[in-house]
Amino acid sequence: MVGLDCSDDAGVYRLTDEIALIQTLDFFTPIVDDPYDFGQIAAANALSDVYAMGGKPLTAMNIVCFPINDMDKSVLRSIIEGGLDIIRQAGAVLVGGHSVEDPELKYGLSVTGVVRPDQLLTNAGAKPGDCLILTKPLGTGIVATALKAGELGEEPTRRVTALMATLNKDAAETMVDFAVNACTDITGFGLLGHCLEMARASQVGIKLYAEKVPVIPEAKLFASIGLVPAGSYTNQKYFLKHLEIAGTVDPLLIDIFSDPQSSGGLLISLPGSMAASLVEKLKEKGIPAANIIGEVVEKKPGTIEVG
Amino acid sequence: MSNLVDARGLSCPQPVMMTLNSIKKAKKGDIVILVDTDTARENVSRAAGSQGWKVVEVQPEGEGYRITVRKDG
Repeated sequence: MVGLDCSDDAGVYRLTDEIALIQTLDFFTPIVDDPYDFGQIAAANALSDVYAMGGKPLTAMNIVCFPINDMDKSVLRSIIEGGLDIIRQAGAVLVGGHSVEDPELKYGLSVTGVVRPDQLLTNAGAKPGDCLILTKPLGTGIVATALKAGELGEEPTRRVTALMATLNKDAAETMVDFAVNACTDITGFGLLGHCLEMARASQVGIKLYAEKVPVIPEAKLFASIGLVPAGSYTNQKYFLKHLEIAGTVDPLLIDIFSDPQSSGGLLISLPGSMAASLVEKLKEKGIPAANIIGEVVEKKPGTIEVG
Repeated sequence: MSNLVDARGLSCPQPVMMTLNSIKKAKKGDIVILVDTDTARENVSRAAGSQGWKVVEVQPEGEGYRITVRKDG
């Protein structure tokens, strides 16, 4: 049902009329110092793809690259414990995994989930008249760069770590009660990249309200002093020609909208008439950042207007 | 005489941290920073700008760039 050609979040294979299999995997290098926190973030990030497709994760397998000769085994144990806690929170089961020796530590999951084929959400269903909702604030890549530079204080470190370790489960379970047309999660290509994928797959244009997009409060300051990860610039270079940016938009916001996210939020497209009540429900469920950040339009399919 | 910061071969955020440290020490005058990625060029220019230093020259050099930043006393 969903394969390599759609730049979507996961592969989907129909088993019966009632059940389709969702398969996805993701792993990366540490973005925080604490191994347990890193395990949580990497697991939440990998599980997110299943939620973005409207599915429910069932099983997970560890993917581990570990410098066994240079690093204490307790580090690996903490990472896996962190991952396991998040897998349990997701209601899924860890069924195995594989590890290899690697000078550079990496961790993630391969996740299998299920969805009813008629409830499958892809990035291809957005319709003119839809509103777009984002469920987590942006800027984790910039803030992680600041952390690496030793510029991030204790409180923001804890806050942003918790944000990245938060599953998109509650957001996904809330959205399935609404007539959602399309969904994706914000990861490596940043908000603009994933919007662009949605605009292309759905053959629509997207209009973003720059000031409505939730942003981690510290991100703007760090972007202004040059703590912007390479991925953000690479992203911008790639999609700049598909963007129309109003002169009034702060250029630092464009850096933040291009910032690669670890375990980012869901981007949900649903009819404008229902958007406000979904935002309200999301906030009730403890997702305070949820906000309407833009709309889907008919004109200029495959492009994004930022105003 | 200008200060020289060689941040070639280093990845983000190190070039920025080295630039900020050098700016803190020098207080004014010229600092030359060598970088070898576009990301470092952009980020180093921002870092200097954020501290009230002016980017006076960006010259391609070898595989990278030679950035001169200045603050008049």
